[in-house]
Amino acid sequence: MNTMAETKPVPSDASPTPAPPPLLARAEVQRIFYPSLVAVLLIGLWQWWVTAFEIPRFLVPSPLLVAQTLVADAGLLFGALFTTLKITVFAFVCATVLGVLIAFAFVQSRIIETALFPYAVLLQVTPIVAIAPLIIIWVKSPTASLVICATLVALFPIIANTTLGLRSVDPGLMSYFKLNRASRLQLLWRLRIPSALPYFFGGLRISSGLALIGAVVAEFVAGTGGTGTGLAYQILQSGYQLNIPRMFAALLLITVTGVLLFAAMAWLSKWALGSWHESEANHG
Amino acid sequence: MSGTASVPAVEVLSIEKTYPNGTQALLPVNLTVQEGEFVTLLGPSGCGKSTLLKMIAGLLEPSNGRLLLWRKPVEQIESSGHRLSFVFQEPTLMPWARVQANVRLPLDLAGVPAAESGPRVHDALAMVGLDKFAGHLPRELSGGMQMRVSIARGLVTQPTLLLMDEPFGALDEITRNKLDSDLLELWQKKKLTVIFVTHSLYEAVYLSTRVVVMAARPGRLIEELRIDEPCPRGPEFRVSTAFSRHAKRLQDSLLRSSGGVEGALA
Repeated sequence: MNTMAETKPVPSDASPTPAPPPLLARAEVQRIFYPSLVAVLLIGLWQWWVTAFEIPRFLVPSPLLVAQTLVADAGLLFGALFTTLKITVFAFVCATVLGVLIAFAFVQSRIIETALFPYAVLLQVTPIVAIAPLIIIWVKSPTASLVICATLVALFPIIANTTLGLRSVDPGLMSYFKLNRASRLQLLWRLRIPSALPYFFGGLRISSGLALIGAVVAEFVAGTGGTGTGLAYQILQSGYQLNIPRMFAALLLITVTGVLLFAAMAWLSKWALGSWHESEANHG
Repeated sequence: MSGTASVPAVEVLSIEKTYPNGTQALLPVNLTVQEGEFVTLLGPSGCGKSTLLKMIAGLLEPSNGRLLLWRKPVEQIESSGHRLSFVFQEPTLMPWARVQANVRLPLDLAGVPAAESGPRVHDALAMVGLDKFAGHLPRELSGGMQMRVSIARGLVTQPTLLLMDEPFGALDEITRNKLDSDLLELWQKKKLTVIFVTHSLYEAVYLSTRVVVMAARPGRLIEELRIDEPCPRGPEFRVSTAFSRHAKRLQDSLLRSSGGVEGALA
């Protein structure tokens, strides 16, 4: 049995690596290059359109003007970004912890899940703008009320994905664990949690964006009566003052933050699962 | 443990399985397996061979009948000083764990300290020729190699009874033949008792000291045939006249039991 030749070589120590392909043929370069190209084209088109047709700056500012505003109002805007980001991160962490705990409870007992799942759905389908005013009235601290709103928005994907993941255990492996008389704790720790990780990270990606949306929406609802320092407040204020370039700059900051959050979660997922899970492994 | 040599390893006493919906998966079966035997359960799909094996392992509850391993109920097998291992049709490896962690799993679950489990994992991997691949992930290995890891995981607990449920069914024929002969070698070297499920009569002839022929709808035991050929059996055994003779006997038996449906053999 020791002398046998292996039936298939292992990819990792297969034939010597071929010469690296040209830069643009690489998938990771393409992933950055092509979207950037689209961005440059669109911004160019926008700048040309605004100058060529002399669009007034209080309707559509040129990208150049937006950039200038971003630099000129940096102190104000990045301060506001920090406030919004703080609420987003708090809410995201709360949603993750709560969501995972609820998912664990759901998996421990079918009765708990059957009894409570409809309410989790209810939470998801109720528009946050409809309940935000109530929360803002009920909760004294403005920051806490915003965090609660954003948490509610971000919570559901974590619950749903983690529950699904904890249940998506390979039945063969489950039998094997049972055959070896694994305890409930061993099952959870050695089988259910690792099996759930890909689903959990999928939930994280969705929720990171939702936490930001929730934070911004809640700030809008809170409006001038709320904390009055977040990015949504800046957008509202700029709207009242017809300071459209600043509005665009704030909008740009929110968008970029959302993309960066998503990318961070994607990176985290790759870092945690990259080596073993098909969805993250590099094929080819 | 002298004096246990005469105790049969497995006694299946009129075990039957009827599902709640009334489907009879297995009519009452009697089967005795002596220590050191290599018994194959052979039959078409639906004959209850996997069901029988899973009941022997304690993975399925029989509807009726009794089952003894070394004269003890399955759940008390440890008290007889014996251990059983089950190898599934699929490798059923943890995709997130490296080969060595996968093989170590049954030891970890039993709470064996790391200092002791390390060398045992290495030995088990060496037995299946994969000691160089301890640090790889399952997805980096071919199907045949994954199956070997699964067998190493089965051997690491030093079982005396090995139950295998069509372990090589999903592999190509060349790989399967190779793993078959490796398994025979292990069985001899480790003095294992093996119960092996397959739907390939050639695999049954090559491996077994005894073949139990089963039929489907309802699942039942038809007859038992001895394969009285010396071991070790080399590749030349597969093309010998003795091999063909045994294969013919098994085929006749299967044909008789299935009313001449050739397709049942495929």
